Formats: sequence, C-alpha cells, structure tokens
Amino acid sequence: MRTTGGPAPSRGRAGRPCGPVDGTLVPVPDENEIILERKAQIRERLNLDEPFPIQYAAWLGDFVTGDMGSYYRVTDEDPVFDRAKEALPVSLQLVLYSQILALVIAVPMGVLTAYRAGTRFDRATNASAFGLLALPNFVLALVLAYYVGVWLGWLPVDGYVNFADDPGEHLRHMVLPTITLAASQIAIYMRLLRSDMVATLQEDFIQMARSKGISDRRVLWRHALRPSSLTVLTVAGLNVGALIGGAVVVEVIFRLPGIGTELAQAILQRQYVALQSFVAIIAIVYVLVNFAVDILYTVIDPRIRHARAGG
Amino acid sequence: MSIETITTDVATAPASEPVEVSGTRKLGPLGWVCITWLVAIVGAAVLAPILPLDDPSESFGEIARQGPGASGHILGGDSIGRDMLSRVIFGARTSLLIAVGAVMLGLLVGGFFGLLAGYVRGRVDTVLTTLFNVFLSIPALVLALSLVAVLASPDPAGQDSISHTRRVVVLILALGIVTVPILGRITRASTLSWAEREFVKASEVSGARPSRIIFREVLPNVLPAMMSIALLGIAVAIVAEGSLALLGVGVQEEPTWGNIIAGGRRELSNDAPHIVFVPSAAIFFTVLSLNYLGDVIRARFDVREAVL
Amino acid sequence: MSASFDPGGDGEQANNGVSGVATPRPSTTQSRRLLDVTDLRTQFRTAKGMVKAVDGVSLSLDRGRTLGIVGESGSGKTVLSRSIMGLLPKRNVVREGGVVYDGKDLLTASANEVRDLWGAEMAMIFQDPMTSLNPVLRIGNQITEGMRFHLGMDKGTAEKNALSLLREVGIPEPERRLRQYPHELSGGMRQRIMIAIALACGPKLLFADEPTTALDVTVQAQILNLLQKEQRERDMGMILVTHDLGVVAGRTDEIAVMYAGQIVEKAATTTLFRHVRMPYTEALLKSIPALDTPSHTRLEAIPGRPPDLINPPPGCRFAPRCPYAQDRCHAELPPLVEVEPGHAFRCWYPVGLSPESVEQAIAAQAEAEAAAVGADAGTATTPVAETGTDEGGN
Repeated sequence: MRTTGGPAPSRGRAGRPCGPVDGTLVPVPDENEIILERKAQIRERLNLDEPFPIQYAAWLGDFVTGDMGSYYRVTDEDPVFDRAKEALPVSLQLVLYSQILALVIAVPMGVLTAYRAGTRFDRATNASAFGLLALPNFVLALVLAYYVGVWLGWLPVDGYVNFADDPGEHLRHMVLPTITLAASQIAIYMRLLRSDMVATLQEDFIQMARSKGISDRRVLWRHALRPSSLTVLTVAGLNVGALIGGAVVVEVIFRLPGIGTELAQAILQRQYVALQSFVAIIAIVYVLVNFAVDILYTVIDPRIRHARAGG
Repeated sequence: MSIETITTDVATAPASEPVEVSGTRKLGPLGWVCITWLVAIVGAAVLAPILPLDDPSESFGEIARQGPGASGHILGGDSIGRDMLSRVIFGARTSLLIAVGAVMLGLLVGGFFGLLAGYVRGRVDTVLTTLFNVFLSIPALVLALSLVAVLASPDPAGQDSISHTRRVVVLILALGIVTVPILGRITRASTLSWAEREFVKASEVSGARPSRIIFREVLPNVLPAMMSIALLGIAVAIVAEGSLALLGVGVQEEPTWGNIIAGGRRELSNDAPHIVFVPSAAIFFTVLSLNYLGDVIRARFDVREAVL
Repeated sequence: MSASFDPGGDGEQANNGVSGVATPRPSTTQSRRLLDVTDLRTQFRTAKGMVKAVDGVSLSLDRGRTLGIVGESGSGKTVLSRSIMGLLPKRNVVREGGVVYDGKDLLTASANEVRDLWGAEMAMIFQDPMTSLNPVLRIGNQITEGMRFHLGMDKGTAEKNALSLLREVGIPEPERRLRQYPHELSGGMRQRIMIAIALACGPKLLFADEPTTALDVTVQAQILNLLQKEQRERDMGMILVTHDLGVVAGRTDEIAVMYAGQIVEKAATTTLFRHVRMPYTEALLKSIPALDTPSHTRLEAIPGRPPDLINPPPGCRFAPRCPYAQDRCHAELPPLVEVEPGHAFRCWYPVGLSPESVEQAIAAQAEAEAAAVGADAGTATTPVAETGTDEGGN
C-alpha cells in the first residue's frame, strides 16, 4: 500500500519498505500495520475495551443526539444515518402498501364470511386462507417473480424507483413485493375479523338494529363492523412494526434497498454498531405505530374514549 | 403464520377456531391425508441413506436444468445435473432435523421456564416474562439471523471455515432460541389456568413437593397446548430455514430445502423453475399438514392464551 | 297496580299531535284486526334434533288491545314473538303455520317485504337495555336511523322528531342525550330510549319482550306505565311478553299462558285471575307472594323441570309436574278448547270444572269446524281464516 505516488519504495532497514516524504526515505507502513493501527483506532472510538454497560451507554448517548455510528471498514467509515435515511422510506412504503392492500381485501372478506358463516362459500374461503398461510412468503415471491415477471413480463422483478422520480415506475416495482407481503396478512386478518364479527352478530343490539327494518348491508357495515374491528387493527398495527425489519426476505428477493436489506447486510458484515442502530430504529417505529393504534382505539370505541378521559 | 408475524398471530389467534366450521372433534379424512404425508416425508428422510436413490451430490450432465421426467429422473435435475428427487429427500433430512431440533430446544427450555413462571409466579414470573418479552420484541427473523451470524463465524474470514455439523448445530440453536419465548409464553399461560384447579390445590395441601406437582399434575394438562404450538412451530422453523438459506447463512454443503431453493433462484430465468418449485411444494405440503394437525389439536383441547 | 285498563273497550283514536310527524299509517282493511296467528310452529335444527320451540300457537290481536304472554324461561314466549315478527336466524330454522298482519301473510312474503314492515309497522322492545343498544353509535343516530331509512327524512327533521320522542318518553335534557352514547345513561333511561326507537316510525304493533326484567323494581312501574300510555295514545296493538304475572295483571286485556311451546290457557285478564282453570296457571298464581302473606311463609315453587322440546312427552306436557295429573293426562295431549266463552285452556281435569264439560266443548268445537269446512267448500277459500274463528281467537 502506498501513501503517495512516486518511485517504488526501496527496502530499508529490517526489510521494511520505505518511501519518500519531504525528500527523505521514511518507512512506509505495510498492510498489517495499517490494519492493526486502524483496529486500535476503532477500539478506542467504540470503547471496546470498556465493560458492556459503558459501551451501550456511549452508543445510546450518541444515538439520541443523532449520531448512529458508522460502518467501520479498513479504509473508510460510512455513516449509518445516511443509509438509514435512504432505507427507511422504502421499508415504510412497502409495509404500508401491503397493510392497506391486506385490509382492503381482508375486511370485506371477513365481513362477508361472517355474514355467511357456515355456508360453502365460507368454508371454501376459510380453506383458501388456510392454504395461503401455509405458503412461505419467499415461495410466493419467487412464484410471482417467475410467472408475472419473467414469463409474462408484465412487471419488473427487482429494484426500487423513488416515488418522486417516477411515480409510475415506483408503483410498478412495488406491486409484486406488496402482493407477496400482503398475502399472509390477508389470511390472518380475514380470520380474525370473521371470528370477531361472528361473535358480534350474536349480540342483542344487532337484533335490535335488524328489527328497525334497515337493510342487512347497513347492519353489517354500520352496526357490526366497528365493535368487531379492534383485534384486527391491533394486529395490523403490531405487524407494521414487526414487518419493518421482518420483511427482509421479501426485500432481498426483490432487491429493495430497505431497512431489512440493510439489516441483513450489517449482520453479515458484522457491523454491530450499524445493527444496533437499525434495531433501535425499528423499535422506535414500533412504539410510534402502537401509539397511533392506541389513539385509533379511542376513535373507534367511545367506551374506551370515556374510560380514558377519567370516567 | 409466517416467521415475521408469528408472535402476533400466536398471541391473538382466535380461540378454538377450528379449520372446519363444523367443528369436528375427530380427525376427518383431511387429517389422515396430512398424517400420511408427514409420515411419508419423515420416513423418507430418515430412511434416505438406504433408499434406492441417486447420490445427491453426483452430477448427471444430461439432466442439468431438465424438468421432471428427464431421462428417468422423476423430479428432474438441478443446475449442475444432480438428481432432484434425491436432493429433496436428503434435503428433508437436514431441514427437518433443524426444524424439529429447534422446536425441541424451544419445548424443553421454553416449556420448563413457562411452567416455572406459571406455577411459582411472583418475582420469578416477572423476571421470566420480561425476558420473554424482550426476546419477542425483536423481529424473529432478525434475531435468528443475528444469532447465526454471531455463533457461526469464529473469525471474519467467512463461513467456509466452519464445519457442516457446526453450522447445523448453530441453526438449531438460533431457531431454538427464537422459539423459546413463544413456547414459554404459551406454557406459562396454560400453566396459570391449570394451576388454579382444584386437583392441583388438593395435591399441594396433601404435602406433595412442587416439582412433583408440576410434573405429574400440571404438565400433562399443559402438554396439548404445547404440542399444538410445537407443531405450528416446526412449520415455521422449516420456513425460517428456507429464509435463512436465501439470506446466505444457511447450510452450505449438504442439501436442504432452503438451499436448493436459494441455488435455484437464478435458474428461474433459465427456464428451469422446477428447481425452485419442487422443494417449495415439499415445504408447502409439510407446512400445510403441520398447520392443520396443530389446529385440530388446538380445537380439541381448546388452547387459548389466557389473559396475561 | 294500575287499574286504568280498558278491557274490551274500543280504545281512543290516536292523538297524533303529541308525537309529531310519525303517525301510524291507516289500515289496509276496515277491521281493527291487526294480527292473526294460526297454528304457528317454529323449530330449530340442532345437533340433537329438531327443537320444537313453538308448537302450534294461535292467537289474534286488535288495535288498541294488549295481549300478555306469560311463561317461564324455555316456554317459547320469546321465540313466539320473534317468530311472529320474523326476526329469526336465517338458517336451521323452520317456521310453519299462518301469520297474517293487516291482511298480509308474513310467512309467504319475501324477506324484503317483511323487512319493510319492521320499524314502520311493527316494532320490538328488547329485554336488556344494556346490551340492546349499539355501544359505539350515538343515541341520536340510533333513533333517527329508522326514520331516515323508512320515511326518507333528512337529518334535520329526523332529529327534531327524535327530540320530541325523547320528551314523550320522559327523558330530561333531550338535546344533550342525542349526542351521548348508551353507556353514559342509566338502565331506565336506556329502556326509555329503546321505546323511543321502537316508536320512531309510528308502528301499529308493538312487541315488548320482557321490557322490565333487567330493570330496578322502582323503574319497572314507570316503564310499564309509559308503555301503556304510548299504546293508548297511538292506538297500537301490544304484545307484552313476560314471566311475571304481576306485570300483566293490570295492564293487559287478555293473557295467554305458555308452557313447553304451547298455549295452555287464554282468557281475558280478570277472568284468568278470578277463574283460573289450568293447573299450571294456578301454580303460577300461587307462587306469587301476596302482601298479606305472613313473613317466613315458604314460597310455593313448582317442582320439576320443563320437558324436553326435542321429544316432548305424548300426553299433557305439564303432567309430570301437575299435582292433579291422572293417567289420561300422561297418555293424551289435551287440545286447547274454549269451554267458557272467551276462556280457552288445555286440560282434561281443569280446576273448578268437570272433565265432562271439557268433552262437551271438544265435541262442540268439532261440529263448528265441520260446519265451517262445509260452508267453505262452496266458496273460494282465502288465506285469512276469518270464518267462524273470531270469537276467542283460536
């Protein structure tokens, strides 16, 4: 490794390579020395000699002030923050799209199967949901990638395009990953909602609503759905948090540069500081989403609203 | 259930909602189909070395990338001509070994601590529950990935340097540790409800030692709940092995369902999709059977996560 | 106990000014007959077999009249009111017989046609106001919903009506209540709101299914008075279902006592109390503690349990628990016959009458039916069995 251009270093004392600096021959550090020195530098920087609690406290202190650490390599440092800034929106978009898709399909299906509980339609739908749950998401991803992407050539199978740059392409690239991620969610949400709706439809106030002579559709959507939706919303909220990092396989297969991909890379390259920071980011998103779900509760069920207000 | 969302699904699954709406209490024909498949696949996996199969690492040039039926090879060949049928069956060996091993670890450790927490309660319970929740708060796949990365590489030189056995052990450990808190919570919840029952109180009053009570009175009743989740857990572990293989940290030398799929990814565009789809089908049917049977057990014994 | 009931009277015309816009629609026929139920049978399909919850009930009701249906739990009284209205689950239920409302056959009508009647023509007040109101919707919403759906009112008009309804049922601060949720109100207020909801579209027929069972005793009388007042002012027909004879005593024109899915005694209220015939009714009456009973007197309960509705016994269904039961009672089911005018019962050995009088009445009824069939043979038959069955309404 040379530090400057110039004539090849000649060997000086003890066989160590030398190179010119200001006209004089100075020993040029060889590879191993550079690595050792760098290691010492990083050790110092990350307090690796200190006990764990101090290391953690130091990292935490840095994190809350916005310093998420870096990827520490021999030649350079790559701030985590920059990568995170790029990756987080990608993951958030993927997760949000998939939750919306999942709910848009699962809610009507849940309502419908609850309404027609016990019929052949209900049993068939339940069986399909069951089958969907058994399908590993990477299998679905690869199936979709192959048939829709390669065979039919309708949609791209990898990469990411920023929404701001090209909305159309952005959406086209997100379609397959969104469907993949939404698939198992649909099955879960549909069953959860169906279960709660079936219970709600037995309640007295549903009979009372029916006895007013309003249409069945109205009874289902205006009277039965709201009280039954709490469980599904809780789980959907929890999943938003869980999937930010948990969708790593889907991100890797479709080559989306999201938090999952970054996490996987950090783990494989053993960049523990980066890993810590990413996990912290995920945790923060999780907490924020749960907060939002909590607030959503009060909107949906006035009993909770009043209980909390100090009734 | 998928490994990303296993925690939420298990925690909030609808109580005793059997797959068949008619609520069968006995094993229908579908149940027997599932059992048959599982027996077949496990049997084939166990007996693989003595079955008349081709060597899974031997390449037959003529069937490279050829689909099912090529030159008498029922499931075709992979990218370098290895017989798919034998690879899938030998793959079952390793995949199932890892999955079952992981869940057994989870059952033993998680079950033990769950019983303890649910029976003894008090501070022990608080500590254990907190530990469970801490582990559960990390996305499962991320946790597994981290554990594998940490445990599987003694030096930064790369994964090649560790042996196949060690890698399998690492995978079992990593996936096992991930399942410990889940099984722990379920066991604890089940224990909580059973420990309040009269016959347990009767045992206590008659002076039996706590360990005897736990193992002779409580455990047999908690077992169905644990078994149901264990079956579901094996299914998830099989899928997890696949996910880890796709991320590059799975078993490398011997075939597993996951690494066959991972290896077959690039062959999708080379018109050899069967390399991906055959092991995928194997995973699908195995997971389906395990889920179905787990659900049947759950419905029969009315497994429910108690209000924690 | 209120003595202000009007047995056999014609009732007064509805005072439309009080309730504002929503008034009962005029009848399609000239008669005051609202409801004719003929041999209604309702069965539920269960894993163990068909449960015959309602097994051959016939009754009728005119406008301005109140019919009380009394029975213990499991007698089929709630299923009866729901069967008449049609508010039953869609699957695994079999309903047979005849239910004619205002000239319209409800059993052959389409689901949509029947649903059009709900709220606008007939309404039901449910038992438990805690669980019968939707917890996540505002009161105003729940009251106005029917009006906007059936009568096509806009929000403003509907809300004005809702306010006057609330005042009519005696709720203070009605403006405030409109925006409130059910859990913010007491049980009595909730039941009043249920009544308001039921009356919102001006129905002609009101089913009150154990309207006071879930309420405090002090509130019960208020609610019953309110119901009576509304019924009078709106000239509605009311069916009051309860297990409590005390509730029906001063507030009904006629009482039908149900047991094991069948009517076992039916008479005008005063007649029933003064000349009870069926031993079951007698036992019910005896089990009510009276004010002048000395303290610590053991209450008279009826021993035994109601019969299995999947396979009811071949004879009188009350026989196993009846203190007067004889062999014939266990072997043969007594028919519901009108032995004295306006008083029908189902018993071989009635209280205070001879068994022969029962036989005579059965013979007389058979003759009358034969004559009616003969008269019918020459004329076109109509679905409404009005000929020869108006007296006593069997």
